[in-house]
Formats: sequence, structure tokens, C-alpha cells
Amino acid sequence: MYIYDEYDQQMVDERVTQYRDQTTRFLAGQLPAEEFQHLRLRNGLYIQRLAPMLRIAVPYGMLSSRQLRKLAHITREYDRGYCHFTTRQNVQLNWPILEQVPDILEELASVEMHAIQTSGNCIRNTTSDQFAGVARDEVEDPRPWCELIRQWSTFHPEFNWLPRKFKIAVTAAEHDRAAVQVHDIGVRLYKDNGDTRFEILVGGGLGRTPVIAPVIKRGLEPEHLLTYLDAVLRVYNRYGRRDNKYKARIKILVRAMGPDVFAEKVEMEWQVIKGGAGTLTGGEVERVSRHFTAPDYATLPDHTPGVDDLISDTSGFGDWLQQNVAPHRIAGYSIVTIALKATAVAPGDVTDEQLEVLADLADKYSFGEVRVTHEQNVTLADVPKQKLRDLWQALVDTGMATPNLGLLTDIICCPGGDYCSLANAKSIPVAEAIQRKFDDLAVLQDLGALDINISGCMNACGHHHVGNIGILGVDKKGEEFYQVSIGGSGYEDASLAKILGPSFAQDEIPEIVQKLVDVHLEHREDEETFIDTYRRIGIDPYKEAVYAA
Amino acid sequence: MTLLNHQGEIIEVDAADSVRSLETFGAEGGSQVYIEAGEDIETLADHLASIEIVALNFPAFTDGRAYSSASILRRTYDYAGQIRAVGDVRVDQLEQMVRCGFDAFDLADGQDVMLAAEKLAGFTYSYQSTIDRDPVFRVRG
Repeated sequence: MYIYDEYDQQMVDERVTQYRDQTTRFLAGQLPAEEFQHLRLRNGLYIQRLAPMLRIAVPYGMLSSRQLRKLAHITREYDRGYCHFTTRQNVQLNWPILEQVPDILEELASVEMHAIQTSGNCIRNTTSDQFAGVARDEVEDPRPWCELIRQWSTFHPEFNWLPRKFKIAVTAAEHDRAAVQVHDIGVRLYKDNGDTRFEILVGGGLGRTPVIAPVIKRGLEPEHLLTYLDAVLRVYNRYGRRDNKYKARIKILVRAMGPDVFAEKVEMEWQVIKGGAGTLTGGEVERVSRHFTAPDYATLPDHTPGVDDLISDTSGFGDWLQQNVAPHRIAGYSIVTIALKATAVAPGDVTDEQLEVLADLADKYSFGEVRVTHEQNVTLADVPKQKLRDLWQALVDTGMATPNLGLLTDIICCPGGDYCSLANAKSIPVAEAIQRKFDDLAVLQDLGALDINISGCMNACGHHHVGNIGILGVDKKGEEFYQVSIGGSGYEDASLAKILGPSFAQDEIPEIVQKLVDVHLEHREDEETFIDTYRRIGIDPYKEAVYAA
Repeated sequence: MTLLNHQGEIIEVDAADSVRSLETFGAEGGSQVYIEAGEDIETLADHLASIEIVALNFPAFTDGRAYSSASILRRTYDYAGQIRAVGDVRVDQLEQMVRCGFDAFDLADGQDVMLAAEKLAGFTYSYQSTIDRDPVFRVRG
């Protein structure tokens, strides 16, 4: 993974100093609260319902074991012994103390981490494919480009006060695990006669107005990536709406101008800066790429007894192999995803001890690195197949072997009304109630791939629009209700879920999910997944089942 | 009135030496012009050779449009005169303004000029190509 050089380190160190000074001036009454608010947000610090919340950046999800141990230490020393993996591959602390945040940032800087631009109306953390570098369907490792974008977006002086937040995702695989079509900018890397090229999508997003992004540029040559991004951001910074925060995202601008006119405007800006000092040098691309070369893989046989013959076994180990282990591009290796979705634990939450276990397991089995996924799970990308049983046993011992990856109970869920001051409704208890109802693994396996996404409000941190079943908390005269949609997908076949009808009370939700699943089971053909069947039969049968008297 | 320049020097200018709205400038011309956030800087393109001061307004410190206007003036048009930040100009944003090409600051009421002079310089390096600096990847060599 990327290792800071002296320049990168100086950058985060200077940021800590800057933020410490801002905090000191705020506490001394020299910086008004309404101004400090925007400065602290650009360091990830929200003031939430119960306490401040600190969002720590995990660039494109990559964490080293050293960083995991530091996070464990921070949760213990400065928080309550746990943290939360988010739907944007970041980490959140729920109970930090405002006065101590500069110290937390200093601790983070000591392991090449930060909380820069993890909130506020600026360019946020760049996200990517959690299988980057190891996926079989990848044309090239996208992470060097992610890192180049991370650096370009960090402290960009022209784009620190945008109309609204701005999120960029990058993919380089056939199967889009980075949801690039629902980001402000989606970067799709492909090969054209062996040459790396980018396709740029602009104006996707979820939130109040979900939109699938149009493509505005194809054939972009790599050296021009950053100047092209400069041009897109400049058009947005100048013309994006600032009068209404619900209409301020770039998707509204692209839609208002029309993708073609928007693309032309970008092209005009770009022609001025194209080829200038912001143009990437071959040396820099090579320098950054060197950090993402293949680790020191052993030569292993592809067939591994005790693993390959157990894939369809229904022992605990077999179930886990079938569900949580994916093929790796190198013979004898596997990609393991640890589902942080045990029933009765908030989705994506991990304790300090689990963080340390993850660090140890990463060191022992996966070259000392993990990736946070946007499904709020953790991937060990390079596990020798011979070691899978040992790894599984260690996960069983620490409550992290839940074999439900990609199944109905692998619920994506925002912190909701239990923590977040924006939420209209709680989301964690809804996830738990569903998990409790669907507690039979055989039933879940039979159902197959099914994404449930829960958001506690319109801001859609739980990405409910792209859930096969999406659940949105709404406020009805002070009471919490839930609107249910179906048919969403965040992958390469991206689609937005459609609302079924009137909303439900919290305690009705598990039964509603059951009814939706029953319709699927009744209508499915062959190996159809929930989304396949829905696309074939349409929404009506589901509506009837749910609202029939 | 008192301004701060990008080198941290306090400069006194004649208060009467105020800049003209784009409308007045359009009608009468002149060597100074005031641009509201949201007004297209491109309208000045043909007049920049005779303009000495372009004042770019920040209606709120959270409104970032003027950063792009300044960058365009410097980079697209090679404008060499003064770019003055006016309006809600706050200490903690001066560094970003300098990096986008501003070189004079009419601070908002209540801002500490001495502190402002200190905060003009911020980060040692820049990841981006900006008006005042090359990106660090060109420094790395």
C-alpha cells in the first residue's frame, strides 16, 4: 500500500498543527462557533446527537496492521472501546471529546492517517474496489490512480468551499464493486488496445434525488486525469447551486445543463489547463504505482485439499468458504471478507480487541493489510488457501466468522437515530430485528444474494436507493416510520429502487421483508436472485403481497 | 482603509479609491472593477490590460466561487494586476486565497490583522498545481 514520503508526512503534521491552533482559538472564544464548525468538519468532526463524532479517512479502504492497532489504541484511550466502519470505507469514532481531537489527529498522523476532508462541502475520501489488485476481473490495479486523486484532492485551495460535498469512486473491474454510477464522479479504468484510458461519469448520487451518472468523457489519457478533474470541479464550483442545499449536488447541475452541455463546458475549461503543470508525469505515476506492486506471493498449488473439496460442505467452515471467500488471481490464494454483521451488533461496528485481532490476522495471513468495504465489512485480500481453516477458527473464536456475506442479513446500515443528529429514525434496531427473524442460514443460502440497505434519513448513508430491498426512516408527525423500496442495485447493472407504497411501523418491517422474500421464492426460476426475479416480474406482485388486506 | 497584501504587509489605500460594479465598469470603463460571486469573470477578458484592481466578493466565507474566478484570471488570462478579496474574508482562508492568486485582502470586520499576516503562509507544499506553486510531484522530481 502507499507509504508516505517526507512530503506527505509533513502535510499531515502541518494539518495537525493548524487544527490544534484552530481548536485552541475556538475554545478561547477567538473563533466563532459558526466558523469553527466548517473548519472542524473539514477535519471530520461533527457534533452529533449524544457527542461529537469523528470520521477518520481510510483512503480507498486500505489499512495496515499498524494502523489497525493504532485505531484500537485510539478507541480505548479516547473513546469507548469500539468504532464503526462506514459505507464510504472510512472509520468513525462515536464518543470523542472535542478538546482531545487534535491529540487524536496527532496519533493518526504518526501512522500516516488523518481525518482531512471527511466531511464538509469539499472533496471527500476517494473510494474504490475492495478487491483492487487481486480481483480476477480487473484490467489494472486502480489504487495508484486513487492515491493520485487523493493527493490532488487534499487541501485543493480552489475546491475547499464547494456548493456541497463531493465524492469520487474508481473502478477497474468488470464487476463494479465501487458503485461508480452513483458518485459525483465515477472513474472507470479500461484498456484500449493495451493502453490505459479513463471513462468519466459525472453527476450520479443518492440522497434526496437519486441519479445514475451519465458518461461525460471517454478515452481520457492517464496523464490528463487530474487536469480533467480540475475542469469538472471548476465548472461545478462556479455554477453549482448555492441557494438550496438540497439542489446543490453536482447531479442537479448536470441534469439542469444537460450532460452534453456540461461536458462541453468542462472541455472548454480543460483545454486551458490541459498539458499545464497539473499534468501527471510518468515519474510520479511510476513512483505511486511502485507502492502497489504484488506482494511476495508463494508458489502454491491451485487445488488445496481440505478447502476446495469443502466448498459445498455444510459444516461451519464449509458455509463460510462458500459465502465469504472469493477466488484470487494468484493460484493457491483466496480473498476473504469478514462480515461485520453478527446479529445484535450494529452493522460495521468493531471493538478495540477485534481491531487488534484483525491486525494480527492480517500480519499472519495477508501481508499485514486489510481493506474496509463499502458494505461495512473487512477484506483480507491475500490469504493462502492452506491457511483458510486456521483463519476461520481464529475468526470463530472472536465472533467474526458470521458466514452471511452478501446474504439477506449482511445488511448495510447507517448509524441512524441512535447516534446521528440528522436521522429521522433509528436504523440499527431495524437491522437487528430483520437479522433475528432470518436466523436460519440454510434459508438465507437458498435465497442467495440479497442486499438490504437501511438509511435513517434522506441523506441515504445506508444507500437505500441501491438496495435490492431499501428501507428509509421517515418522520411522520414525530413518529418513526419506514418506507420500503425494492429493485435497487449499486453494481454495474445499477438501478434505483422503487418505493412500494405507504410506510410501515418499525415492528412491521421484518414481516414485510418476509413477504417480499416469499414473493421471490414463489416466482423465481432456476438460479434467479431476488433482483433478477424482480426485474422479470415487476413491482406489482410484491405490492400486492405487502398491502393485501 | 487598511488592506493586507499577500506578503503580510499592511497597506493603506484611499477609501475613495473604491472599485466599480461590473455594470458601471461596463458603461464607463475604468481601471478597477468589483465582481460579485456568480458574475462571469470572462466578461472582463477584453479589458484586463487596462485594469489594475479586480475585487472579488465573498458574500459568505463558505462561498467558494471567487477562488475559481481568481484562478481563471491568473491562469487563463495571465492577469498581472491586483486581485483583492473583499466581503466575508476570514483569517483561516487566506492561505487558500493566496494559492488561487489573490494578493490583497480587505478583511471582514472583527478579523485580527496581525493574526491574518501570520496565517497567510500555511502548508509548506502543495499537492496541486496552483497559481503560486507547482504540485509536489514536480518537486519530488
